[in-house]
Amino acid sequence: MSEQEKAGTDKPEKLWRKLGLSDHEYEVIVEQLGREPNPVELNMYSVMWSEHCSYKHSRSSLKLFPTDGPRVVQGPGENAGVVDIGDGYAAVFKIESHNHPSAVEPYQGAATGVGGILRDIYTMGAQPIAFLNSLRFGPPDNARGRYLFAGVVAGIGGYGNCVGIPTVGGEVYFEPCYRGNPLVNAMCVGVMPVERLVLGKACGEGNLVALAGARTGRDGIHGVTFASEELSDQSEKDRPAVQVGDPFLGKLLIDATLEAVDRKLVAGVQDLGGAGLTCALTETASRAGTGLEIDLEKVLLREEGLEPFEILTSESQERMLFIVEPQRLEELEGIFRHWELPLTVLGRVSSGKMVTVRYHGEIVAEVPAGSVAGGSPEYEPESREPAYIRELAAFDPLGLPPVKNRGKALLDLLSAPDVASKEWVWQQYDYMVRTCTLEGPGGDAAVLRLRGSGKALAVAVDGNGRHAYLDPRLGGMLAVAEATRNLSCSGAEPIGITDCLNFGNPEKPEMFWQFRQSVEGMAEACRVLEVPVVGGNVSFYNEVEDEAIYPTPVVGAVGLLEKADQHCGIGFCAEGNLICLIGPHHISLGGSQFLKTIHGRVAGSPAGIDLPGEKKLQAFLRRLVAGKLIMSAHDLSDGGLGVAVAESCLKGGTGAALDLPSSPRPDLDLFGEGPSRVLVSIRPADLGDVSKQAGEAGVRLSELGWTGGKKLEINCGGSRVVSLELEAMKKAYEEVFSWMMK
Amino acid sequence: MESSLKALGFDGVHRVRVGKYLELILVASSRENAASLVEDMAGRLLSNPVIENYNYTLQEVET
Amino acid sequence: MKFGVIVFPGSNCDLDAYHLVRDVLNERVEYVGYDRRLLGYYDVLILPGGFSYGDYLRSGAIAARTPVMEAVADFADRGGLVLGICNGFQALTEAGLLPGALCRNGSLQFRCRQVYVRVDNNSLPFTTLAAEGEVLRMPVAHGDGSYYAPPELLQELDRNGQVVFRYADQDGRTNTEANPNGSIDNIAGVSNRSGNVIGLMPHPERAGEIALGSEDGLVIFKSLIGHFQNREVVEDV
Repeated sequence: MSEQEKAGTDKPEKLWRKLGLSDHEYEVIVEQLGREPNPVELNMYSVMWSEHCSYKHSRSSLKLFPTDGPRVVQGPGENAGVVDIGDGYAAVFKIESHNHPSAVEPYQGAATGVGGILRDIYTMGAQPIAFLNSLRFGPPDNARGRYLFAGVVAGIGGYGNCVGIPTVGGEVYFEPCYRGNPLVNAMCVGVMPVERLVLGKACGEGNLVALAGARTGRDGIHGVTFASEELSDQSEKDRPAVQVGDPFLGKLLIDATLEAVDRKLVAGVQDLGGAGLTCALTETASRAGTGLEIDLEKVLLREEGLEPFEILTSESQERMLFIVEPQRLEELEGIFRHWELPLTVLGRVSSGKMVTVRYHGEIVAEVPAGSVAGGSPEYEPESREPAYIRELAAFDPLGLPPVKNRGKALLDLLSAPDVASKEWVWQQYDYMVRTCTLEGPGGDAAVLRLRGSGKALAVAVDGNGRHAYLDPRLGGMLAVAEATRNLSCSGAEPIGITDCLNFGNPEKPEMFWQFRQSVEGMAEACRVLEVPVVGGNVSFYNEVEDEAIYPTPVVGAVGLLEKADQHCGIGFCAEGNLICLIGPHHISLGGSQFLKTIHGRVAGSPAGIDLPGEKKLQAFLRRLVAGKLIMSAHDLSDGGLGVAVAESCLKGGTGAALDLPSSPRPDLDLFGEGPSRVLVSIRPADLGDVSKQAGEAGVRLSELGWTGGKKLEINCGGSRVVSLELEAMKKAYEEVFSWMMK
Repeated sequence: MESSLKALGFDGVHRVRVGKYLELILVASSRENAASLVEDMAGRLLSNPVIENYNYTLQEVET
Repeated sequence: MKFGVIVFPGSNCDLDAYHLVRDVLNERVEYVGYDRRLLGYYDVLILPGGFSYGDYLRSGAIAARTPVMEAVADFADRGGLVLGICNGFQALTEAGLLPGALCRNGSLQFRCRQVYVRVDNNSLPFTTLAAEGEVLRMPVAHGDGSYYAPPELLQELDRNGQVVFRYADQDGRTNTEANPNGSIDNIAGVSNRSGNVIGLMPHPERAGEIALGSEDGLVIFKSLIGHFQNREVVEDV
């Protein structure tokens, strides 16, 4: 699209299609507006009615999520979710995708993804305390894949390290389907006194509207439209649609904004992200049921010659919109002057419900806020089960010959990029700044102490695209179950989740079916586990040349630990402890890491989940941690029991010997995967107590062996199936990336 | 950076050195005056003599 | 005694240093803004880590030219004790208060991990409670931490005992594996000629509590506290 076409020198009737609106949507606009929109207005509608901003294909499905609960202060619909954590404090968190920008410009795409989610948190008045991320790439076996991977990791670190918020956890997976369309989902968690909560509302007629932070440039114009289309060969030419981040300015904006909120100087705050000023103006007015009068020429520009529509849709980073009472303006200006940040008054809140934009006195746009921000049609797309589902489900992994050399299989799994230690990644992130990180990256959940309260938050992010691909509904349930289980392993009670739903083109019935099924599965899991969804993000159109990614629902979960010093890690930290498995023996090689890494297949049916059983298991685990009855707890995930026990050995630097019952398929027992299973180590003296409690809780507890030595030895029915030195496992597990990324 | 270039298919790259390029617009009474201003700025802020070298070119522009 | 923690725009470990002094060591501490030209009374000034001014020109370069740095230089001239950590170390070299310079890490990547450093001069007010050659476990978290000094300067630093900390293994041996950033001669921290200004890339303020993985960093702060306690006793006499 040429600048001229965007600017709308063409007749509007030719313009809307080029701006990504359908004929039907155009008719709806005309109806809501009561006239034909001018080109500037059409640009505003186009960005706000893009999938990215309007959720027009997902809204009806998202209503399935339980969003309420006794702790919920603010559910979806605001910049971030807010959950009460006691003592007058709340946790504020959200996850968001930045997939398309990262596909064409990995460093800046990822950095601005981090910057964007950060603004969502402190916009609410919260002090950000941690970042997490969930990443997907093509296999790192080729130069392009490594370039994207390395660039994204450097970008996440580049922004997060500079603003001084620790990046404490995340996950990285590699599958061919993400080759052209990597996933970059960034999550931020903050904390604040509940009474400090500020909403993104343009309240109070006569209040002033001020824009602060970076100057406005041409970067990221129509970024949201770009994010709402499939990627193509041409996408690299869209690099100007990718925004550029300035983390230093971002850091100053946090400090200045939080000071302004602390001193109660602002009536409303809204960050400028997707769809820029248009979004901030129409959303704040629409939420408050007010109108705005804006003088666009007052916006400070980075370069000359920006057209009004460009100023309104630019996605220049590091900008905040404040609603401020006139008598507080001077004090607000003082704070921004101290940090040497520009702050300009653009206009004021009016009584109507119209956003009126003038440019040098002339009205360039006059639109109903609610129509632009929330009037887009809601679609109930056609849904059809894809043919591959039945084909792949029919595959029986046990039809494959058993793997004879289980030790080698374990080493192969430990060195598979999906499983191997991600230290190469997280050593590029400052995960300790703010000195609150009690458990950093590399465990099931990260744990952050809350200064002054004796409490801590646990945070985790999880999603398994392979499982969701084979069974989207189950995949959705498993994502919620695993993320919350990881919190429970650390001892924390899950209090809320945020979700990032990464899918293909929803206008294709098969893609929409995947989406709908996943959402239904997640919603069901949330209801049973009693954990509300308080915010999130949908990313559609993750396709390149008709090749879609795996449906990838990612769950960010936040949990509360009443006592910060009572948290549990994954490592075997002492010799002579009992190793037990908590949970059912219901496992499958379908969709497993073993099947992918050893046999090169993604097929079969993953083991199903008993959600009420999962709930019992998690409650039981939390009781064990609180009672200091277990020394370690590690969720069984990719690579099953074999990988979990190896990871616990490596993390704690202690070996283990397991005696498993005899089995016709030791490879299934070692590497099969199933939900609701946790490996724990227990002091022998505590076993009686733990067994008794397991019986009472109705949770299965199986003794598997002992910690100790410098080897991992596993017997099955008395015969040795694995015997590996810790050193050999460590080499396999820890050296892959430094070797591969040279 | 070299490996990134190679990743994008530029195989002929043998060495990459990264530096900084700064553009300044100065008001100066003469070329000599401009040169001494630049020297002064380079020495006091724009470069760190322990680890960096600098050179510069002057060009007259309309103001 | 009283610590001052200098805050530049973009400092982000100011909070951590402040927390350690106040909540772990129970000493008095105040933040000192970058725009201050006059200082109140402080016994020790800490220049904390972070990305002052985004480190866009060179790490610490702009911070070194802020008004408060003139006051810091005066304070140091009069024998005041100054501790620069990470970005604070970079700012002190940029300000000419410490010798040498810090360049991009050898890996060209940011590096956050636990390292071991050996105390090579334990006769400074910052290190008196450490044994000579004692090995401390502390984290590093930086992108520009590769210490450099030209050969003549390096010899001079060695001769004067100005190399205070070197990256080493757990047993105190300096080698390449123990060096997280390619620093010349494994140098992790240096002092000025008179020993009242030191800078180091590792973060002692992040190694002050067992819950965070190490409390080896306390030896630096406790040495400083001890230094002033001893002085007060002398003054009382």
